[in-house]
Amino acid sequence: MIIKILGSGCKKCAALEENAKAAAKTAAINADIEKVTDIVAIAGYGVMSTPGLVIDEKVVASGRVLSASEIGALLQES
Amino acid sequence: MREVLIWLNDQLLRMQWLSDLVTLLVRDGFGLDPTSQVGGSIHFFIYDVIKIFILLSVLIFSISYVQSYFPPERTRRILGQREGLGANVIAALLGTITPFCSCSSIPLFIGFTSAGLPLAVTFSFLISSPLVDLASVILLASIFNWSIALAYVAIGLVLAVLGGTLIGRLKLEDQVEGFVYQSPVSDHDNDGAISRRERVSYAAEQVIEIVHRVWLYVLIGVGIGAAIHNWIPETFISALLGQDKWWSVLVATIVGVPMYADIFGTLPIAEALVQKGVGLGTALTFMMAVTALSLPSMIMLKRVVKLPLLIVFIGIVTVGIILIGYTFNATAHLFV
Repeated sequence: MIIKILGSGCKKCAALEENAKAAAKTAAINADIEKVTDIVAIAGYGVMSTPGLVIDEKVVASGRVLSASEIGALLQES
Repeated sequence: MREVLIWLNDQLLRMQWLSDLVTLLVRDGFGLDPTSQVGGSIHFFIYDVIKIFILLSVLIFSISYVQSYFPPERTRRILGQREGLGANVIAALLGTITPFCSCSSIPLFIGFTSAGLPLAVTFSFLISSPLVDLASVILLASIFNWSIALAYVAIGLVLAVLGGTLIGRLKLEDQVEGFVYQSPVSDHDNDGAISRRERVSYAAEQVIEIVHRVWLYVLIGVGIGAAIHNWIPETFISALLGQDKWWSVLVATIVGVPMYADIFGTLPIAEALVQKGVGLGTALTFMMAVTALSLPSMIMLKRVVKLPLLIVFIGIVTVGIILIGYTFNATAHLFV
């Protein structure tokens, strides 16, 4: 599973990344977490407000730092 | 009643109490005459820095709270429902309550365009967004007065509506990079999911983030303002930018366009220029040129639009700003 964090290096993106890592660990999922920082690449996902969260190339959230448990729920779905 | 309002305006917005306090500090604390050159610059610097940071924090907090109700996805949906000039007007208005940062203009441009919004509407939004925001309006009212602040908003919105409409008329859709139209449209609107507590913490985060981003520009701006205020001879400034000099607006534009600074950093410069007898229009032109156009934002825009469209955009905004400057200089007596 590939989790991508979309954001040009703001504090919120770092927070989201931490939460994603924690969620993957709790769910015992072996996930690669990548950061996408190029603004055009971010917009390429159709995201207008960062940070954005992408799971297996699908945008699942944008404009908000999701908690680890929220991300956990999304990981279960996909 | 009127006196109460004037008193409130003087104390809350112009912060007369702060000016008095700083006068005391400069006179008794530093042992300097606040009307002298050194004392005057120190007074200008301390007073303006504290005032701008207080107003900035309060304003960004309130505006970010309102903003949390208008994420870009919602703005896009609202705009998608309108057509014609009405859409441009709404776009210009929504531009005033969306984020201050020019760095968000690219995702917004791609997001709006790929969703099928016309270029006219997108550009109205892109012009208004950095140029006019509620925080700058209140700061303008604080530094100058309410009629200047309202006039600034009005002409900023008119420029956004007309500029966007004109770009739409030129049919430059093929001058947008192809990948923009192919970008997917994602519509994750968290609007319903956000609680009041989240909005408050979002607003507080925005204050920290924006103050963090602009503090240096504010210090530099106030520093330049203080220098203009007390050190650069009035004869020099009026020779270059004086009211009677026809080229003053052009000079302000040429200097301002490539510059990148926040409106909060440019306000103290404009303030000092006006106090030195520079025309109001010239000072406003300088502010608009700095905030609406800058080299970094042009470089970013270049990644999503082709050169002709970029030149048309820069050209329209520049000409608009120059016209506004001359109009304001000619009618300044109505506002002061």
